[in-house]
Amino acid sequence: MSEMRYEAPRTLEAALALLAAGNVKAKILAGGTDLLIQMRAGRAEPELLVDVKGIPELTSISEEGGAYRVGAAVPCMQLIEHPRLAMTWPGVIDGVKLIGSIQVKGRATMGGNLCNASPAADSVPGLIAANARASIAGPRGRREVAVAELAVGPGRTALAPEEILVSFLLPRRPPRSGDAYLRFTPRTEMDIAVVGAAVNLTLDAQGACSEARVSLGAVAERALLVPEAAAALVGSRVEGAALERLAAAASAACRPIDDKRGTREFRIKVAGVMARRAAAIALERARRAG
Amino acid sequence: MSASTKYEDKPLRIVGTRPLRPDGVDKVTGRARYAADYNLPGQLIGKVLRSPHAHARIRSIDVSAALALPGVKAVVTRDDFPDMPVEYAAAGELTINYRDVTRNMMAREKVLYDGHPVAAVAATSESAARAALKLIKVDYEVLPHVIDVREAMQPGAPLLHEEQYTAGVSPRPGQPSNIAKRIEFKLGDIEAGFRAADLVIEREFNTKPVHQGYIEPQACLASCTEDGQVELWTSTQGAFTYREQCARVLQMDVSRIRVTPTEIGGGFGGKNNIYSEPLAIALSRKTHRPVKMVMTREEVFRATGPTSGANIRIKMGCTRNGRITAAQAVLNFQSGAFPGSSVPMAAMCTFTRYDLENVHVVGHDVTVNRPKVAAYRAPGAPISVFGAESVIDEMAKKLGIDPIDFRLKNAATQGTQTYYGPKLGVIGYIETLERAKAHPHYSAPLAPGRGRGVSSGFWFNIGNETCSTLNIGEDGSVTLLMGTVDVAGGSRAAMAMMVAEELGIPMDKVKPVVADPSALGFNFVTAGSRGTFAGGMAAVVAARDAVEKLRRRAAKIREVPLEAVAWKDGRAQPAEGCGVQFAPMTLAEIAKVAGKTGGSIAGHAEINVQGAGPGFGVHIVDVDVDRETGLVKILRYTVLQDVGKAVHPAYVEGQLQGGAVQGIGWALNEEYVYGADGVLQNPGFLDYRVPVASDVPSIDTVIVEVPNPNHPYGVRGCGEVPIIPPMSAIANAIESATGVRLCDQPMSPPRVLQAIGKAAGAGN
Amino acid sequence: MARHHVTATVNGEAVEFLCETQQTLLEVLRDELRLTGTKEGCGTGDCGACSVTVDGRLLCSCLMLGVEAQGKAIRTIEGMAGGEKLHPLQRKFLEHAALQCGVCTPGILIAARSLLESNPDPSEAEVRYWLAGNLCRCTGYQKIVEAVLDAAREMRGA
Repeated sequence: MSEMRYEAPRTLEAALALLAAGNVKAKILAGGTDLLIQMRAGRAEPELLVDVKGIPELTSISEEGGAYRVGAAVPCMQLIEHPRLAMTWPGVIDGVKLIGSIQVKGRATMGGNLCNASPAADSVPGLIAANARASIAGPRGRREVAVAELAVGPGRTALAPEEILVSFLLPRRPPRSGDAYLRFTPRTEMDIAVVGAAVNLTLDAQGACSEARVSLGAVAERALLVPEAAAALVGSRVEGAALERLAAAASAACRPIDDKRGTREFRIKVAGVMARRAAAIALERARRAG
Repeated sequence: MSASTKYEDKPLRIVGTRPLRPDGVDKVTGRARYAADYNLPGQLIGKVLRSPHAHARIRSIDVSAALALPGVKAVVTRDDFPDMPVEYAAAGELTINYRDVTRNMMAREKVLYDGHPVAAVAATSESAARAALKLIKVDYEVLPHVIDVREAMQPGAPLLHEEQYTAGVSPRPGQPSNIAKRIEFKLGDIEAGFRAADLVIEREFNTKPVHQGYIEPQACLASCTEDGQVELWTSTQGAFTYREQCARVLQMDVSRIRVTPTEIGGGFGGKNNIYSEPLAIALSRKTHRPVKMVMTREEVFRATGPTSGANIRIKMGCTRNGRITAAQAVLNFQSGAFPGSSVPMAAMCTFTRYDLENVHVVGHDVTVNRPKVAAYRAPGAPISVFGAESVIDEMAKKLGIDPIDFRLKNAATQGTQTYYGPKLGVIGYIETLERAKAHPHYSAPLAPGRGRGVSSGFWFNIGNETCSTLNIGEDGSVTLLMGTVDVAGGSRAAMAMMVAEELGIPMDKVKPVVADPSALGFNFVTAGSRGTFAGGMAAVVAARDAVEKLRRRAAKIREVPLEAVAWKDGRAQPAEGCGVQFAPMTLAEIAKVAGKTGGSIAGHAEINVQGAGPGFGVHIVDVDVDRETGLVKILRYTVLQDVGKAVHPAYVEGQLQGGAVQGIGWALNEEYVYGADGVLQNPGFLDYRVPVASDVPSIDTVIVEVPNPNHPYGVRGCGEVPIIPPMSAIANAIESATGVRLCDQPMSPPRVLQAIGKAAGAGN
Repeated sequence: MARHHVTATVNGEAVEFLCETQQTLLEVLRDELRLTGTKEGCGTGDCGACSVTVDGRLLCSCLMLGVEAQGKAIRTIEGMAGGEKLHPLQRKFLEHAALQCGVCTPGILIAARSLLESNPDPSEAEVRYWLAGNLCRCTGYQKIVEAVLDAAREMRGA
């Protein structure tokens, strides 16, 4: 521990070079809100910390023709404060808003939230429902991966040890689209999600649902994309029986565990409830987005 | 000592107002120093090695590798502390046994809970200390463990103490047991009482341990000189008690330990017992360097005392008109790894709010493989009252009687015979119930699907040994030395106010100081809601003693008889009707010449304060229950409580609000979660869920004042009653909203949802 | 072991210190700079007692490394009063009896000041949600919320 090094490269190339230097247990430091806790508990013992907050590509937000490119190391509070991001992707921001307290959000990042790979990560279902893609840099160049494929299991991602998650791409939205993320926690704030549900949908000119994506968090070893739940909404007016079918599909897709935060049975029941309520909010937002 | 300290109904100048507290500026600027804020040159950092097992025999401990690590200066284990015989003492509101105290602070034959200290090291840095812990080799023989109170009571359960036979049972049992003690209270004829009842309700309740949740972890700094004198700075509710406990377990004279109680970041009963202090002293003794030991939050949860978890059965009978004819309870309380839970107090509080003829309460103190329990604000009462007030609510509803009217029909009053011995004196339960009934909250309209619940609580409040010295400075300013630690309730403000009231001087001329024990005679811990009551009594007695001496001095200076001198408005002046005139003297004027006229003037009080006034509270709560998730939201909460006299109303309100919110957390979300291996799974504030600011609404408070006849200002203690009613009030509100009664605490969403589901399934 | 040499400002004054990589900003403030007003309640970012602002951003100092403070402007409770004058929040906390044991108070004051700097006219609900990251076990939050709203009123000149 006492020999742990800290480096703060100013370029992506320099950061990659540090990771590729081989035979060194390195960890990326962005917000540190998971990593520092793990280090203190002895669950992570890196020999090198690579602080990526000084690399412009990781800490910037830009618009590209209606799509948003969001640096992986932008602190949550900055995302929340961004004037247009919350208007365009309120469901993604719903998830970001729930990552801990204001203090935690002052440091935590979406990149860290995803790479820490807790199955209950609050920003991930919203990104999956948004069909976000992750831009990854490594020794052999850049690649793009759907966020849905990046978290693999508790604490594990599809990133190779020398790779860095650089940014997210939120695609351009069709008109009449809305998204929402809801989670269930025993307290109003400061809890880890027992169940999280994200719904992203688009309405056609007649007000029926033409496209939908549904993602669930904390009910499996990673956040799930649930096509059957989305199918329950497509073609419907997102009311009544369609919402019941959505809830049933969401509950059916769960493969949760019993742990100190919730039992299997409770998670399965509440997943359906949260999915249904998130869909209602997404519908409202889609209608208002015109 | 001076004149009577009985209640006098008279107009007051300062008591009852809301001045700023004297220690406040330091607290809002970060200047106030808590135990972890102290540092001494050359200090070492101490860390504790803790058992990873719930129950195991210690075969051997090898510290050689740790001692060899650079930076490590000393290691202590059980070999460094003498064994203690059975010896009982009071520590706050619970009783301790020194044989167990020494084993809790450092395991001897066995480890009895996950987190039990096994060794401690002192090193030059935190990282060296932590590295040293990893090098200590302990050979454990892991044993089966038991953490559930009912399981622990069964014959054949894993046994924590082979020599423990249930006390209070005749004849003495032949087999050892985890049931350390049985207690019993009886009044009248319980069987006859049930025969006379038209309605009998019997229910079983289960509660989990909850932690006091003080935001400041335990911390201490010990410095031991080569000739064996010890200085100890520590976060404690009772410096005298800690001094005594350390001296006993280290077998030192009390006078060789100087304990400075630092500012304390919350206690609630959890800081009446030593933890790391003797370890720090022993390490300092070995190294001749100061040793600082600060617990992490995880250690606080794993190893300091929570309150008991319990299994309780309540059976009550009443007539169809709502008169209770019989009240019975069986209370099975976990005490943790060593005996000594709050079951006696829980037993005494279960039914004491009511005027009853037939009562039978049995309590069991049961050891289990969890940390030894400590007191937590009205120890035991919230648990037994959860049961009793839930059953009372059920009886009232079954008979169609308004819940407050039901309680009024049965309310204890002056002269009511308690079932544990004394008759109650002047109390304010009926007044508080009537204020609750008349409160707008009680009659406010409630939207469908929401529920309203009512409950009440009683606590004895205590007095005990208290000492105070009041020194008058040469400029007439006054220093009050208090032996009672000011934990949180603004005691310093209240004392200063009472002294100013008695002396007739402005409050800003009075400086209250929490003294270290070498300055005063023995002071009991700040617990039992005694801080302002007993501390205040001592302050008043010391002030009246000082007034006596000021009168004498003025009489001497002015050469008039003592009877001619009255003390009024801060001055010695001619007494009415005495026929003697003289120029009045202010306190400052007397003080200025004190040196030349007989020496400085001080007032003293060394008293064992009796006559504490029991407190009663009534809570009203509205809840919304989300039937699809089981989430309970508190919509509105009102606390009404008889405090006798609110010396500083803002701090009294703060006690009512703070206690209520702790009770809300206890009711809804707080619990210790253990795995099948007996290891604590949620030792942190993430998964041990105390209420956050957005979880609770405004807590409205109503201060009822039925003066305590045994206190000059009528003060009763107030700090403990507020935590007693919330669990049952919320359970009653949930029942009102859903028709479902929760008997297991916490009433967390999965339990509520399951209960609603079961009731729906049963076609209720 | 190699230590980092860090220069930063704390409460407007230049500071420099040495720290190991794993030392948090909280440890540096308390143990290296002897600014003990910022407290440790949990060490895991769950209680807010260690709250400070860094370049104007409210955060838990237990979740930031000391070495990351290089070149940053940090504000702690010790700098909240303006010389002899208490900040309105500090005064209102005293007037409203919004503290009992006081150990959570520095963190809450820092968090509250941060709130009022970004939202000078918060509703009660907004105050409660902003302060959800600051645990208090003594007060039940009631008087804290009242003090913050009253200070906001005064600072707005309302």
